Amino acid sequence: MDAKELIARRVALELRDRMLVNLGIGLPTLVAHYVPEGISVAFQSENGIIGFGAPPPDGMEDPHLTDAGGRFISALPGAASFDSATSFALIRGGHLDMTVLGGLQVDGKGRLANWMVPGKLVPGMGGAMDLVVGAKRVIVAMQHTAKGKPKIVEELTLPLTAMRRVSLIVTDLAVIEPTDEGLRLRERAPGVSVAEILAATGAKLLVDGETPEMPIASPERVAA
Amino acid sequence: MQKAISAAAAAALIPDGASIMLGGFMAVGAPERLIDALVARSARGLTVMGNDTARPGVGLGKLIDAGCVARAIVSHIGTNPITQQKMIAGEIEVELAPQGTLAERIRAGGAGLGGVLTPTGVGTMVEEGKRVIEIDGASFLLEKPLRADFALLRAHEADYNGNLTYRLTAANFNPVIAFAADCVIAEPDAIVPVGVIPPDAVRTPGVLVNHLVERLC
Repeated sequence: MDAKELIARRVALELRDRMLVNLGIGLPTLVAHYVPEGISVAFQSENGIIGFGAPPPDGMEDPHLTDAGGRFISALPGAASFDSATSFALIRGGHLDMTVLGGLQVDGKGRLANWMVPGKLVPGMGGAMDLVVGAKRVIVAMQHTAKGKPKIVEELTLPLTAMRRVSLIVTDLAVIEPTDEGLRLRERAPGVSVAEILAATGAKLLVDGETPEMPIASPERVAA
Repeated sequence: MQKAISAAAAAALIPDGASIMLGGFMAVGAPERLIDALVARSARGLTVMGNDTARPGVGLGKLIDAGCVARAIVSHIGTNPITQQKMIAGEIEVELAPQGTLAERIRAGGAGLGGVLTPTGVGTMVEEGKRVIEIDGASFLLEKPLRADFALLRAHEADYNGNLTYRLTAANFNPVIAFAADCVIAEPDAIVPVGVIPPDAVRTPGVLVNHLVERLC
């Protein structure tokens, strides 16, 4: 199992029945493949739909129906479509139960940077700032390090996405929960030691007793 | 509403240096025929406002490729390397706005409001130069309304009165920008007689639309 699959399968266990969930572009979209059995969630895509499903068969795509990354999708029975102002009223207005976003950095207070690297990469924030401000739960799904350097750091060196403390950080090494006291190590990836996690982390981690191994969702059943 | 006009005639109404809002999200729901006509007439110095600059060769990306754009107010340019190159080279000025904020600024501009108060962007680079207003202990940014000289919409169906419908994720910014420009030009995929679109299905009332782009062939 590669790192991205591991992260997606751990994040999938955060899904609860009847949630409305927005998955960011990239790694977070993989979470849709691992929705645990018996749980029904609705996925929102911020370009204007709730209740989308797997891509249509080749040649049967609808040019008016894509996700926010521009990939063709299908609309499940019961889906709803709407304009961008409505879509962000859903996001900012507290109607979205959970968002899963990629991250460039998270700081010791649990704050996310994920929209630009000054002088190098300026993609723009898209919907990320609204999602972090408005979703009831914000989960950051990212690799623990980039080119060997920690992405979890005491102080951000990249521009902040929002002041809000994220709810949970899931990486290929660990599950970390930002709290009032600081970043708390909750779980470690299979075969990874606490020492290895601490060595790969640039911010102080609080460790309470034994750190359990992270559970992960079952392998893909049917593409969501 | 006047009679339907060609895309070229519509593009001729838009002078160099004009500000235009365009529907489209990664070019889905973008007014491609109007964009092609602006490229064909070598429009210059445009200020464009829309969700993103798509990719080279599609939607708003075509205006970037062809050098029509001086300034862009968008939420995302990450999928268009040409926008990034031109921004770094100083050929295009780019103002990045959070997507929800962009939608609400346009909505405010079209709805006669003096601005919107949003928690999005507080404490970030987006806050720079803006007023932070405290309401009942919470901080909000005052984001000012946006309007444009022209709004270019892509719709699914239009009737002869300009009433518009949209399909699925092709709506995106289209119904929002329809309120926020002095001149609204809609490019429908089909034009149908008055009465074909039931009143409840109309998402943009025809009174907002100044020009319809004529049938495809």
